[in-house]
Amino acid sequence: MSNWDILWSSYDVFLSGFYNTLKLFGLSAVLAFLMGSAMVFLLEGSRPRLKVPLRIFIDGMRMLPFLILAYLLYYGLPSAGIRMSAWTAGIIALVIYHGAYFAEILRGCRSTFAQGQVEAAIAQGFSQPKMFMRIILPQLILKTRGLLGNQLIILLKDTAFLVIITVRELTAAASSLSSTYFIPMEAFIVVIGFYWLISIGLELFIKMIGRFGAKRGFENA
Amino acid sequence: MPETAAVSIRNLSKSFDGTEVLRDVSLEVQPGEVVSILGSSGSGKSTLLRCINWLEQPDRGDIRIAGDRIGVSDTGKPMSRRELAGMRARLGMVFQGFNLWPHLSVLRNVTEAPIHVQGLSKAEADERAMALLEKVGMADKREQYPYTLSGGQKQRVAIARALAMQPKVMLFDEPTSALDPELVGEVLGVIKDLSKEGYTMVLVTHEMEFARAVSDQVVFLDKGIIIEKSHPSEFFENPKTDRVRRFLELEAPAV
Ligand SMILES: Nc1ncnc2c1ncn2[C@@H]1O[C@H](COP(=O)(O)OP(=O)(O)O)[C@@H](O)[C@H]1O
Ligand SMILES: [Mg+2]
Repeated sequence: MSNWDILWSSYDVFLSGFYNTLKLFGLSAVLAFLMGSAMVFLLEGSRPRLKVPLRIFIDGMRMLPFLILAYLLYYGLPSAGIRMSAWTAGIIALVIYHGAYFAEILRGCRSTFAQGQVEAAIAQGFSQPKMFMRIILPQLILKTRGLLGNQLIILLKDTAFLVIITVRELTAAASSLSSTYFIPMEAFIVVIGFYWLISIGLELFIKMIGRFGAKRGFENA
Repeated sequence: MPETAAVSIRNLSKSFDGTEVLRDVSLEVQPGEVVSILGSSGSGKSTLLRCINWLEQPDRGDIRIAGDRIGVSDTGKPMSRRELAGMRARLGMVFQGFNLWPHLSVLRNVTEAPIHVQGLSKAEADERAMALLEKVGMADKREQYPYTLSGGQKQRVAIARALAMQPKVMLFDEPTSALDPELVGEVLGVIKDLSKEGYTMVLVTHEMEFARAVSDQVVFLDKGIIIEKSHPSEFFENPKTDRVRRFLELEAPAV
């Protein structure tokens, strides 16, 4: 039996890893984006008390290696009496880490946003949340689509780190097969293929947003 | 009994960083009236207009829209955001820089507030918007996005957008100042049509001929003080002050 035959016979291990990676990625991407947007909304207008803690959180996350955050949540917190499953710890780590990055990307763009458009919305009687949801956020997304896309790719790659806190995702599947059968090369090549598949899907999604933006005259920032 | 003024401003003062920009300004705009505010750059025209819909908060004085005070509730406390939004919806504002929302089509720019602020159904809002786009001559461009429009077209859409909330008063802040000269006419034409239809309007402009033609009242601001308030024929033919006379000499030859 060739090495590839061995891998083919364990395709279910890859599939379940792939499925788990997709689930991890999809869920944390959505939650991280919501969290990032929520932070930018909280930084809007007259909430000076939130500014400092949010800035500290955002900068703090950006200065922290993702791996250490995942370690801390899964191996560190139990000593403080907080225990989570590997999945929960992994998702929380991905969400708060990348949520901070999304916040930073959107906030940077928000600070260059034309005030006149905001005033036009206020003059028409928009409430703050409605204005943010309907006027500001859609444009921030269109303008930062390139950066958001990069961040999503990084998020995808960071899911691989969760192998070290025992999450059964793609990299974990490859690593267990390679150590069972001593075929690291082939196992990891297969896994790269799966990551590419997801990345290509992501690229297409960002391209779609790009076409949507281009139709409205939005340059990619 | 006298009608309730559409806008009533009493003893309005406003400072920025210790500099008084408006001083004890009082002004009444009757329903159906067009009032033009003239004055040189920096005299406080925009600030006055922006106080009317509370984009700037006055330091003193009160402003009533159709009898109801804006910014301050009946109990004397500052209005809640919701109350303020309700008052602002009674005023339509048109800005020098158009301020259209670029991610929305022409039609959606006009229907956005009626749907999401007033709670109209999409069908109702579309109907109302199309009638207004027809009025400003932009109905055929309803599916286009703002970046494809000329300045004059953008401003006409912005006017339709403001009208879509069915405001009691329209406020224009130099609506043609950002336009190439050949595009000024189409926007002034729309404003003129509105005045004929009986819309109540407060207009800041540098278009002297136009102000003279459409206004029922002309107000001249100098360093935050109203130094003349008169009928346009009086204002342009017999200015009471040297200040206005000099202003008119400087502005008129350009027309
Ligand atoms: N938000 C602001 N902060 C500080 N100063 C301002 C602000 N808005 C206007 N001013 C000042 O107030 C004065 C009047 O401005 P403005 O009302 O815009 O005049 P106008 O519209 O007649 O040109 C100017 O000196 C301007 O610099
Ligand atoms: Mg001005």
